Amino acid sequence: MKFDKRELAATLAPGLVLVVAALVAGGLFAATLEPAERDALTTMLEPRAALLLLAWLLLSGALGALLRQAYLRWVAASARLAEEAGVLLATDMQRDLALQGSAETRALAEVINQLVRQRSAMRDDVAAQVQEASRGVEQERNRLAALMAELTQSVVVCNLDGRILLYNSRARTQFRSLSSAPALAGGTELIGLGRSIYAVLDRALVAHALESVQQRLQRGAAHPSAQFITGTRAGQLLRVQMAPVRAIASDSDATALNGFVLMLDNITRDFADESERDRLLHALTEGSRASLGNLQAAVEMLDYDDVDAATRERFHGVIRDEVRTMSQRIQQLASHTTQTLKTRWPLEDMLGADLLAATSRRIEAQHGCRTAADAVDAALWLKVDSYSLLQALLYLAGRLVEEFGVKLVQLRLARSDGRARLDLVWSGHTLSSETVSSWETEPMQSHARGSESLALTLRDVIERHDGAFWFERERVRHESLFCLLLPLAPAGEQLDAAQFVHGQSRPEAYDFDLFATSVQARELADRRLTELAYTVFDTETTGLQPSAGDEILQIGATRIVAGKLRREDCFEQLVNPQRDIPAAGIPIHGIEPEMVADAPTIDAVLPAFHAFAHDTVLVAHNAAFDMRFLQLKQAQTGVVFDQPVLDTLLLSAVVHPQQDSHGLEAIAERLGVTVLGRHTALGDAMVTAEIFLKLIPLLAERGIHTLGQARDAAQQTYYARIKY
Amino acid sequence: MSKHVLIADDEPNIVISLEFLMKREGHRVTVARDGDAALDTIRRERPDLVLLDVMMPGKSGFEVCQAVRADEALAAVKILMLSAKGRDTDLAKGSALGADAYMTKPFSTRELADKVRELLGPA
Repeated sequence: MKFDKRELAATLAPGLVLVVAALVAGGLFAATLEPAERDALTTMLEPRAALLLLAWLLLSGALGALLRQAYLRWVAASARLAEEAGVLLATDMQRDLALQGSAETRALAEVINQLVRQRSAMRDDVAAQVQEASRGVEQERNRLAALMAELTQSVVVCNLDGRILLYNSRARTQFRSLSSAPALAGGTELIGLGRSIYAVLDRALVAHALESVQQRLQRGAAHPSAQFITGTRAGQLLRVQMAPVRAIASDSDATALNGFVLMLDNITRDFADESERDRLLHALTEGSRASLGNLQAAVEMLDYDDVDAATRERFHGVIRDEVRTMSQRIQQLASHTTQTLKTRWPLEDMLGADLLAATSRRIEAQHGCRTAADAVDAALWLKVDSYSLLQALLYLAGRLVEEFGVKLVQLRLARSDGRARLDLVWSGHTLSSETVSSWETEPMQSHARGSESLALTLRDVIERHDGAFWFERERVRHESLFCLLLPLAPAGEQLDAAQFVHGQSRPEAYDFDLFATSVQARELADRRLTELAYTVFDTETTGLQPSAGDEILQIGATRIVAGKLRREDCFEQLVNPQRDIPAAGIPIHGIEPEMVADAPTIDAVLPAFHAFAHDTVLVAHNAAFDMRFLQLKQAQTGVVFDQPVLDTLLLSAVVHPQQDSHGLEAIAERLGVTVLGRHTALGDAMVTAEIFLKLIPLLAERGIHTLGQARDAAQQTYYARIKY
Repeated sequence: MSKHVLIADDEPNIVISLEFLMKREGHRVTVARDGDAALDTIRRERPDLVLLDVMMPGKSGFEVCQAVRADEALAAVKILMLSAKGRDTDLAKGSALGADAYMTKPFSTRELADKVRELLGPA
C-alpha cells in the first residue's frame, strides 16, 4: 500500500483545526476577563486539563476518521480512476475498470468502461475493413499482373524519372534481344524494377513524347498518347507508344502526370519487309513513268503521216529500247532484294501550333536566336514524325545562325492545296542553290547525345513525310524563306484526337506504391536506406589473397528495390580464373576446374556485372574483400565500380557491438534468416540480402537512417580496419 | 512566227520524240543534256520556252528553274517542267519556284503540244 500524504493530511486536519480554534477562542475569552476572574478560571480548568485533552483526542480522532473516509471516497477514488483511464488511453488494452468510490465515481468508471469497449469494437471494425480493402487491392493487382502476362505486346510502366515500376514478361524477352554488349547479363541489366528506361531509349525522345502527351492532356484530348520510332544501341527498331499515367491525388489538376506507360513493338523485321515492298513499288511506279513517257511519245509520233522512213526507224528504235529497259527492270525487281530504301515512317497527328511552339522554344534555347510566330493557322493538324521534323527545323535554324549570323527567324504555318505549308523566314541573306542543296543532303548534326538514329539528312525527313522542301526569296519584303510542304492529318483522326473528356471522368488507375518514389534530387548520402536500390553480391575465389594472385571464380548478385528482395532479378556467372584452383578450396565453393574451363574470363564478365549493378548501391558481406578483387581488375578491364558500398559485416557490428562473431552464418542465426545453398555466390548473395533487409530497421533504432549515416557508423567499428 | 524551244532532258529516247514534235509545230529546237548546259543555253540564247526535265545530272530541273526566275533578264522565258515523279508535292514545288506549267510522265504528246501553244501565245 502506497503512502498517501494527502490522506494523512485529511486525517490529521480536524485535530489541528480544533487546537487552533480552542487556542484562538480561549485567548479571546481570556482577554475579556479581569485578572481575578482569569485566576478563578485557571484554578477551575487546571485540575481538569486531562479531561479536556481526552475530549480533544476523541473529537479529533472521530472527525479525522470521518474526513479520511470522505477523502478516500471522493478524492482518491477519482484520482485512481483518472490514472487507470490514462493507462487505457495510452495502450491498446481492453479491460474493465474496477468500480469503486462514490456512486458518482462508479458511474463515471462505468461510462469509461463503455467507451473503452466501443473503442475496441471500432478498432476491430477498421482493421477488418483495411484487411478487406487490401485484399481487394491485392486481387486487382494479381488480375492486372495476369492480364499483363497474357499481352503479346511489351508493356513497361515508368514514373516520371523513367524508373521502371512494372513490366510484363514479354517486355523482358524483348529487352533480352535488345541487350547489346554484356550478353552475359541477358537483358536483366536493362529491365528490372527501379531501373532506368533511358538505358534503352533516348532520353530526349522520351522527353519529347512526354511533352506532346502533356500538350494533348492540357487540351483535353480523349486519347492523349504519342508514338515514336527509335533505333536502339543494338540496331533494333522499336515502335513505342506512350500513354500517360495521371496523378490521382490532386483532383484539382487532371492533367498532372506521375508516370507513363510504354508499349513497345520491335518492328525491325516488319520495317525491313515494308521497306523492301516500298522500294519495289517505288521502282515500279517512278521508274516506269519515264519509260512509259518515252514509249507513249514515240508511238504517238508514229501516228503522224509526215514521218520519213529514217525518222520512223528512229522511233521504232526508241520503242524497242524502252521495251527492253522495262523488261529488264521487271526482271531486276523480281530477283534483286538487297538494296534498301528509306521509306515513310509511321506518322502521328499533331496540332501544327504545338509543333511550332516547341520549335520556337528549342531554337531560342539552343541557338540563342529570337523567334516569332505570327502567321500561324491554329486549326491545322499535321501528320508528322514530330521528333525528326523538329530536329530538321532546329538544324536549319542552327545553320542560319552559325553561317549567316541570323538573329531572328519567323515561323509561319498555313494551309496550301490540301497540305500544310510551314515557312521558316528570315530577312536578308539569300542562299545559293548549291548551299541549299548541300544543307539538304548533309547529315544533320544531332544535338541529342548518343542518338545515332539521327544520322539523317533533311531530305530523308522530307521524304519520310512525302513532302517537299525549297528555298524562296521575296524581293519586295526583302525576305528569305525555307518552305516545307507537310501532310495534313485526315479529318476523321483529328476528330478522334479532339474528343473532349467530360468533367470528372478519369482513367481507371492502380495505385502503385512505387509511383511515390519520384524525383529524388537529394544527394545519395542523404537518401534513406529504405528507399535506395541495392545490388547485393558475393564472389567465390581461388583463395583469400587477392594481391597474391588469387582470382574470382564466380560472381552472384541479386537486387533490392523499394525495400524488397527481388529474387527473380539475379546475376550468376562462373568465371575462368586463367590459373589453377587450389584443391583446398574446392570442398568449400564446389567449383571444379572443368566447370570453369569454358566459362568466360573476367574481362567479359565484369562489364556485364557492372551493367547489372548500374545505378545501385553495392552490398556485400565483408565487402572490403570482394571490392579488392574488383579493384585489382580495374586497370585490366577498364571497369570501375565507383558506387557507394555497404558491408553487412560492419553494419552487424554497429547493431550488435557486444557479439563476438559477425560471420554470415552467425548473423543469419541471430536475425532469424534461414540459410539455404551457402557457398555458391548467388546463395550467399541472397542470404546477405536478407540479412541486410533485417539490419535496416535495427539501424533505424540506433538513429541510422541514411546511406551517409550508415557508412559513417560502419567506418567507426573495429572491423573497418581490416585491409586486403 | 517561229519560236525557239529548248529541250533540257538527259534521256535521248524522249528527246527524239520531243524534238520531232516541236519541229513539227514549226519551232526552232535546241537540246541540252544536263542542268548546267540548259542554264548556259537559256542565258545565252534566251529561248521562248524550255521543256525542263526535273531529274537531270548536274543541276536538277528545280534548280535551273529557280536560277532562271532569279534573273530579271530571263523573265520572258516560259518554263514547262516534265517529271517522272508523280507526287503532287513536286508539282507544288515546281509552281512555287516559278514554273509556268508542270506535266507528269507519261503524258500525251497532244496535250503537251496544246500546252506549249498555250504558253507561247498566238503565233
